[in-house]
Amino acid sequence: MSVLVYTESDQGKFKKIAFEAVSYAKGIADKMGTSVTAVAFNVSDTSELAKYGASKVLEINDEKLNKFNGEAFADVLAQAAKKEDAKIIVLTSSANSKYMAPTLAIDLEAGYVPNVVELPETGDAFTVKHSVFSNKAFANTEIKTPVKIIGIGKNSYGLRENETALSTENFTPNLDSHNFDVDVVSVEKSTDTVSIADAEIVVSGGRGLKGPENWGMIEDLAKALGAATACSKPVSDMGWRPHEEHVGQTGKPVASNLYIAVGISGAIQHLAGINASKVKVVINNDPEAPFFKAADYGMVGDAFEIVPKLTEKIKEFKAQNG
Amino acid sequence: MKILVCISHVPDTTSRINFTDNDSKFDTNGVQFVINPNDEFGLTRAMWFKEKQGATVHVVNVGGQETEPTLRKALAIGADEAIRVNMPATDGFSVAKQLAQVVKEGNYDLVIAGRESIDYNGGMVPGMLAKLTGLNFVNTCIGLEVEGSTATVIREIDGGKETLKTSLPLVIGGQKGIVEESDLRIPNMRGIMQARTKPLTVKDPVETTPETAVVNFSKPAPKGPVKLAETVEELVELLHNEAKVI
Ligand SMILES: Cc1cc2nc3c(=O)[nH]c(=O)nc-3n(C[C@H](O)[C@H](O)[C@H](O)COP(=O)(O)OP(=O)(O)OC[C@H]3O[C@@H](n4cnc5c(N)ncnc54)[C@H](O)[C@@H]3O)c2cc1C
Ligand SMILES: Nc1ncnc2c1ncn2[C@@H]1O[C@H](COP(=O)(O)O)[C@@H](O)[C@H]1O
Repeated sequence: MSVLVYTESDQGKFKKIAFEAVSYAKGIADKMGTSVTAVAFNVSDTSELAKYGASKVLEINDEKLNKFNGEAFADVLAQAAKKEDAKIIVLTSSANSKYMAPTLAIDLEAGYVPNVVELPETGDAFTVKHSVFSNKAFANTEIKTPVKIIGIGKNSYGLRENETALSTENFTPNLDSHNFDVDVVSVEKSTDTVSIADAEIVVSGGRGLKGPENWGMIEDLAKALGAATACSKPVSDMGWRPHEEHVGQTGKPVASNLYIAVGISGAIQHLAGINASKVKVVINNDPEAPFFKAADYGMVGDAFEIVPKLTEKIKEFKAQNG
Repeated sequence: MKILVCISHVPDTTSRINFTDNDSKFDTNGVQFVINPNDEFGLTRAMWFKEKQGATVHVVNVGGQETEPTLRKALAIGADEAIRVNMPATDGFSVAKQLAQVVKEGNYDLVIAGRESIDYNGGMVPGMLAKLTGLNFVNTCIGLEVEGSTATVIREIDGGKETLKTSLPLVIGGQKGIVEESDLRIPNMRGIMQARTKPLTVKDPVETTPETAVVNFSKPAPKGPVKLAETVEELVELLHNEAKVI
C-alpha cells in the first residue's frame, strides 16, 4: 500500500504543481506510515521527485501519451493504483487533473474530493477540508470508500522538501484504441505569457482603465513582476481583453500569492473568483470602492499615475534584489 | 439529435453563505436559486442545436420538489421536456448514478453538463456520468460543433486551448465560451406560458450509496482592515517585508 501521486509534466519537464502534489502525498504517507509512489508520463529525468519525498516513481514512456488525453491518462493511473494497491491517490487542481479525476474515481470505485486545502484527518473517519462556494467557505467531508482520491487546491500546501531515496521502475500500461476515442487534434498555447492558472502573481484591470489602448501599463507591470494579466468581466465582454482573462464567479478562479486589481470596483461576483488568492492589492481612485473591504493593501488614486510609477519601482527593486 | 442538458440548481451568485444545524447544513433562508451559470451556457448552446439542426432538448435535475421552478425556467428558455429524479442531491457520485440511468433510458446523442456547480465546486458529475455510461467525455468545453455523428470540441487547458475530435454519443462539461454571455436568453412571456404545459416527469431514484458526506462547514477567518499605502515605495516595502509576496 502506498500513496499514489500524479506528477504533471509538460514537454518532458515536471511542472511546479507536480512537486507540490508530491509534498502533499508525502505528508499523508508520513501520517499513515507508508510511502509515496509517483507516476510520471514521458519525463526522462525524474530524480527531482526525491527532493519532495517520493520513494518510487513509475516511469511511463509512450509516444501515444505525449499529448494529455483524459481517458487514457485516467486508465494508466487506475492501472498503476491497482498494481501498487494504492488506497489514496493525489491529484491537483490543474485542468488535466480535474478532467480525469471523475473518470478515475468511477474506475477505482473511489470517493473523490477536489480543492482540498489541508492534510486529511485519518482517525476513525477519513475526512478532508476543502473549499466550497467559490472559496467563501470550507466543508469537512468524509470519504467513505476504501480507495480515496484527493485533488489538492492550488497553492494550498506549497512545496515541502523532504529528501528521500528514490527508486525508478518502468511501467508499461495496457492501452487500447478506445482510450483514444477522444482525439486531440491541435493544441494552442499562449506561449509568451504566464497563464492565470500557473501564475504566482496576477495583475488585473477593470473598466476603470477606460479602454483597451491603456492596457500597455498593465502588461508592463505584469512583466516587471513576472505575472499573468487578467481582467474583470465587463472588460472581456466589451472585447478589450480575451475572454480567457476574465476572472470571477463566471470566469476563472485565481489562487495566486498576489492579486493586484487596478480600476476594478470589487463586485461580489468578481471577488468570488479571487477568494483563494493570498494577498490582494487594490488601486482605485474611489476610496469607497467595495474592493477596499476585500483587499489587504491598497492605494487610493489615479491608476494612470500610480501604475507606471509602481512598475518603475518594482523594476528598481528587482534590480537590487535579484 | 437528442440532447440532454443537466441542470444543477444553485444559490444565486450574490447569495450570502451561512450555515445552520451546528454548521452542518447550508442555510437556504432568503437565498434565491438559479440555473447553475455553466449549465445556462450549455442550455443556450442546446437551443442553438434545436433551432439550427432540429435537435430535441430535454433537461434533467436530480433534486427535491423545490428545484422545479429552476426546471420550468429551463423549459421557458426553450427546452422541450424536463425530468426530475426525486432524490436530494447529496454527493456527486449519487447524482451521476441517477443521471446515468436517465441517459441510458433516453438514448441521448449529446449530454451537456457544466464544468462545475458553483455551490460545491465538485466538477465531478459529468466525468462520472460519462464513465458510468461509457460515453465519450470532454471537460471545460468552450466550443462545440456537431456534424452527423462527429463532434469537434474546443477545450480550455491551463494557458491555452486545444481542439479535439470525437464521436457521439458524448458528454461535455461546458462553461462560458460554449456560447457568449450576450447569447444568454431571458425567458419571454410566451416561453413562460408554454413552459407551464410542457411535460415535467418525476422519476424515482435508483439505489445508490453515497461515497462522500459533508460532516460540517466553516468559514475563513475574517480579514483585517485594508492597509493603505501613500506612495508606491511604501507599497513595495509592505509587499516585500510584510506580505513577503515579492
Ligand atoms: C450573474 C453575474 C455574474 C457576474 N460574474 C462576474 C465575474 O465573473 N467577474 C466579474 O468581474 N464580474 C462579474 N459580474 C459583473 C460584476 O457585477 C461587476 O459589474 C463587474 O465586476 C464590474 O467590473 P469593473 O470593476 O471592471 O467595472 P466598474 O464597476 O465600472 O468599476 C470600475 C472601477 O474603476 C475605478 N476607476 C475609474 N477610473 C479610475 C482611475 N483613473 N484610476 C483608478 N481607478 C479608477 C472606479 O472607481 C470603479 O471602482 C457578474 C455579474 C452578474 C450579474
Ligand atoms: N443535482 C444535479 N442534477 C442535474 N445535474 C447536475 C446536478 N448536479 C450537478 N449536475 C451537473 O453536473 C455539472 C457539474 O456539477 P458538479 O459535479 O456538482 O460540480 C453541473 O454543471 C450540472 O450540469
